[in-house]
Amino acid sequence: MESMTQQLKRHALLAVILAFGGLLLWRGVGHDASDSPVVSHDAEVLAEAVLRRGNGPEPESLNPQSSRTDPAFNLARDLFEGLLTHAPNGDLEPAVATSWDISDDGLVYTFHLRPEARWSNGDPVSAGDFVFSFRRLADPATPAFYAQNMTLLRNGAEIVAGEMTPDALGVEALDPATLRLYLVRPAPYLLDLLTHPSMYPVHEASLLAHDKDYGRPGNLVSNGAFVLDEWVVGAYIGARRNTHYWNNQANRIDRVIFYNTADDGAELKRYRAGELDFTYTIPLQQFRWIKENLAAELRIHPYLTTYYYGLNLRKPPFRDDPQLRQALAMAVDRELLTEKITGVGEVPAYGWVPPGTSNYTPQVVAWAGLDAQQRILRARELYASAGYGPDHPAEVEIRYNTAETHQRIAVAIASMWKEALGVKTTLVNEEFQVLIQHIRQGETQVFRSSWIGDYNDAFTFAQFFQSDFDLNLSGYSNPAYDSLLEQAGREVDLQQRRALLEQAERLMLADMPVIPLYFHVSRHLVKPWVKGWQDNIMNLQYSRHLSLQRD
Amino acid sequence: MSTTPVAVTHWRAALARLAENRAAMAAAVVLVLVCLAVLVGPWLVSATSQAVDWDQISTPPSLHNGHLLGTDANGRDLLARMLMGGRISLAVGLLATLVSVLIGVIYGATAGYLGGRVDQLMMRAVDVLYALPFLFLVILLTVYFGRHIMLIFLAIGAINWLDMSRIVRGQAMSLKRQEFVLAAQATGVSSAGILLRHILPNLTGIVVVYATLTVPQVILAESFLSFLGLGVQEPLTSWGSLISEGAREMENAPWMLVYPGLVLGLTLLCLNFLGDGLRDALDPMRDDRRDGT
Amino acid sequence: MPGLIFKRFLSAIPTLLVLVTAAFFLMRAVPGGPFAGERNLPPQVEQNLLAAYHLDESLGRQYLRYLVNLCKGDLGPSFQYPDYDVAELIAAGLPYSLQLGGLAFLLALALGIPAGVVAARRANTWVDASIMGVSLVGISVPNFVVAPLLVLVFAIYLDWLPAMAVEAGSGMGLRNMVLPVIALALPQIAYIARITRSSMLEVLSAGFITMARARGLSSRRVLWGHALRPALLPVVSYVGPAAAALLTGSVVVETIFGIPGIGRYFVQGAVNRDYTLVMGVVVFYGVLVIAFNLVVDIGYRLIDPRLRRA
Repeated sequence: MESMTQQLKRHALLAVILAFGGLLLWRGVGHDASDSPVVSHDAEVLAEAVLRRGNGPEPESLNPQSSRTDPAFNLARDLFEGLLTHAPNGDLEPAVATSWDISDDGLVYTFHLRPEARWSNGDPVSAGDFVFSFRRLADPATPAFYAQNMTLLRNGAEIVAGEMTPDALGVEALDPATLRLYLVRPAPYLLDLLTHPSMYPVHEASLLAHDKDYGRPGNLVSNGAFVLDEWVVGAYIGARRNTHYWNNQANRIDRVIFYNTADDGAELKRYRAGELDFTYTIPLQQFRWIKENLAAELRIHPYLTTYYYGLNLRKPPFRDDPQLRQALAMAVDRELLTEKITGVGEVPAYGWVPPGTSNYTPQVVAWAGLDAQQRILRARELYASAGYGPDHPAEVEIRYNTAETHQRIAVAIASMWKEALGVKTTLVNEEFQVLIQHIRQGETQVFRSSWIGDYNDAFTFAQFFQSDFDLNLSGYSNPAYDSLLEQAGREVDLQQRRALLEQAERLMLADMPVIPLYFHVSRHLVKPWVKGWQDNIMNLQYSRHLSLQRD
Repeated sequence: MSTTPVAVTHWRAALARLAENRAAMAAAVVLVLVCLAVLVGPWLVSATSQAVDWDQISTPPSLHNGHLLGTDANGRDLLARMLMGGRISLAVGLLATLVSVLIGVIYGATAGYLGGRVDQLMMRAVDVLYALPFLFLVILLTVYFGRHIMLIFLAIGAINWLDMSRIVRGQAMSLKRQEFVLAAQATGVSSAGILLRHILPNLTGIVVVYATLTVPQVILAESFLSFLGLGVQEPLTSWGSLISEGAREMENAPWMLVYPGLVLGLTLLCLNFLGDGLRDALDPMRDDRRDGT
Repeated sequence: MPGLIFKRFLSAIPTLLVLVTAAFFLMRAVPGGPFAGERNLPPQVEQNLLAAYHLDESLGRQYLRYLVNLCKGDLGPSFQYPDYDVAELIAAGLPYSLQLGGLAFLLALALGIPAGVVAARRANTWVDASIMGVSLVGISVPNFVVAPLLVLVFAIYLDWLPAMAVEAGSGMGLRNMVLPVIALALPQIAYIARITRSSMLEVLSAGFITMARARGLSSRRVLWGHALRPALLPVVSYVGPAAAALLTGSVVVETIFGIPGIGRYFVQGAVNRDYTLVMGVVVFYGVLVIAFNLVVDIGYRLIDPRLRRA
């Protein structure tokens, strides 16, 4: 009996050891090293040029009409190509369309397509492909996040609302090489909008054959510089050179790997371990260390996003009290905030539309010229005349969502308000979805948010304050502002339009419905062997513009 | 058959034994000191150290600028933050653990001792709770009942008792087959009586050990909830939150990780010594041996 | 024992039904929705999205729809990843989670139990103190500190091991698994060691051990032959749920090493309100918990023969 249990135990132990060893030997999950190229750390011999990009969180979809976040857009920009594209410096450039004519009233655009444009299976890219894709974008059955883009075209709004069928959309293929768009209002930003991934064409036959599986390796027929060949959900996505791409000979990269780097701290470590050629972003907390150790590889550039504190104008204390709003806005020392708290080179925001927006001069608040001391004195006057003071301090609640940056900024601003004005601030950190719900229901006082330009035009920023705009989170409503925007929307003359939008911004800033804090910067670490990198306001890097040169 | 005198001597003897245990007593003294520090400390460090010190953002520990343990990324004094955070962490650690021990022991012992259908039903309920998405529960609590510190204790305690109940149930199932329990049953002692007098005392060892394992769990769970905006709000903080902030600045500002980590480690170490001492002191076997029965 | 397994199999169905029902209504009671985001969605577009996924129907109908589909084995589409079904996402992540979690689990058993036994055998000596000291570190240092620290030391400073769990071309190799497995196993080793030690100490002071010693059996024989089995009882109680948790992965470890497992879906799915994805992992986790707790109950009977009469 004794010895039997002893023996059993010995066997059991042996079994565990064997199983353990077996598991250790059973390495690799479903990966045959032979059918994928070898990624080598060594600089010496590289059979092919493999670019390894940090790409942030998992892209939700590779189908351009279903994508909604930057990681997915980065992939779409490599895999697909629209009528227009960007040059390395961010300027617009012809792509599938070689030229276009615009009618005098600015409502009809005719595009002449590139005859040598091909899909990755060799099929020619035709005007019909764009008609199919644009209709699909508008179709409520798709359903697309960026369906809104189609409301610019004739009947687009009705189709998105389900009142008309997609074939009524104002898009027409005159012949396979000529595409015509009919707009509902002049929109000089249309050309810019056409570079947006939601406006990319999809391969009709493949999409119909595979439906939601279209965005998978093997199924995805695309017309960009690369074609998808591997997707390990949660780890990486691989794409290989598209030999049918019309400009293939200019592409120096054979394969791109988009690594999932959901955590910026972990991404930095992988970059330092030599596993990435450039990063998606860099962690704010490590910025000082990076500046001291990796300064030569650091790339900082402004881009089209405004970080702001929204004020709820539907409720007291901010309803009908522009003086309090101005006082709070003035009491924030933006130079200190961007230097000490964010500290990556963000631009202090004294206006709403970011610098660098095309065909626009960003406007600033009237008091932007005052120095910090004068500003605080002026803020105190306004605060007092709004009826507040040491005996009767304003009580304000800031709501922000979970993230260390937001928290640090909120702590800093609460401290500035307290020092300058004596405002009592409560900080409330909410889970993101709860915060959104509360903002929409108008239950917040001060809320953190940012506005990201979808295309490079001031209109996308101005729209935010239109009283009937769905996402006017502050509840700002000014008939004079609305009428300026409406005029700008009808205006064909670019100079005239620009003047109207600039006037509208000045008007809005005088009312201070939000407190702009700073304009974002894009931030990357780029290995020295990555050539051809140019910083740009859109924070875009097409892999085909880059090359690898190790020496 | 009055039980009071027996119980009293049992506890008295246990306390006396605990007092003899030098490691446990030293640990208790340190714990009392830590508690005093976090209770009184925040008043002693100057009020300004909680404010943002714009010239001292992320500065290392220094005797010259008054920030003995350095400052955080907002230029606030780390020592002051740690003293404040200690209140939350110690409270969470003790209360949530207490909640989880109470529920876990009663639930587990009942299921294990009664056995059969009752046990099956109770354990299937535990299975369901294990798999329920805990995050939603916490979000729901904070949305509908506001943000109250007690809610965090409740929520964390409410999820952490599951392991305890399963361990206790396993022990209780085994204990009830032991001779002394069978003997008590034969003499007609009620189920409740057996649970209280024979099952529970024999569980102290494993309960104390698992309770000391629960403390770090709940302290760290709090920091996770706080990170998601579901725990304590700025300017309040906790050791767990300070450690998770520090973990992101490991190379940049190591003091932000090291000091909160050390104080948490020290507290846990002491709790463990105290726990071991308590376990030894409460061990009924030793009681028997000493009494010579 | 077959009877026990059969009964448990039957009782698993109502258990899962309760779980699904509770989880479903719990998720829906929480504010937010799958399509709210930083870039806000025009209401008409949001309406179209909700309609496409039947999220505009009454809650009761949605619940019934989910149940019917679940019975057919369909976990539904993911809202966050429109190209994938929930079942596909779980199937894609599972091999990674199982492999890393399984290794970590075996490692935890293989190191934790002997460490605990040795510490108990040498109670109150320096051996005991150092084992318990190390295990205390394992318990009190959270994985969001351990994992980055491991990467920093072994992948960056020493450059011995990769920082990434899965690399394009080579997949998840042995070298890639070392750091994540250690990060996953460390706290479990510590837990198991401490529970084993305490339980072992109690068993060693019990009457039958004294008798065995009196019979002149060697102390090694007493320790491994007589004492270990009863001492494992609380360890077995602990490792059931712990195994279920390990095999489904940890969101922190997965994020830091870039492991494409399913652990992150628990938190990510909740944060994004990807109801079907959360439900999928909850059901999967529930099945694992039920299965492991059944294994635990069988384990009890193997350890303590008296329990077989229950």
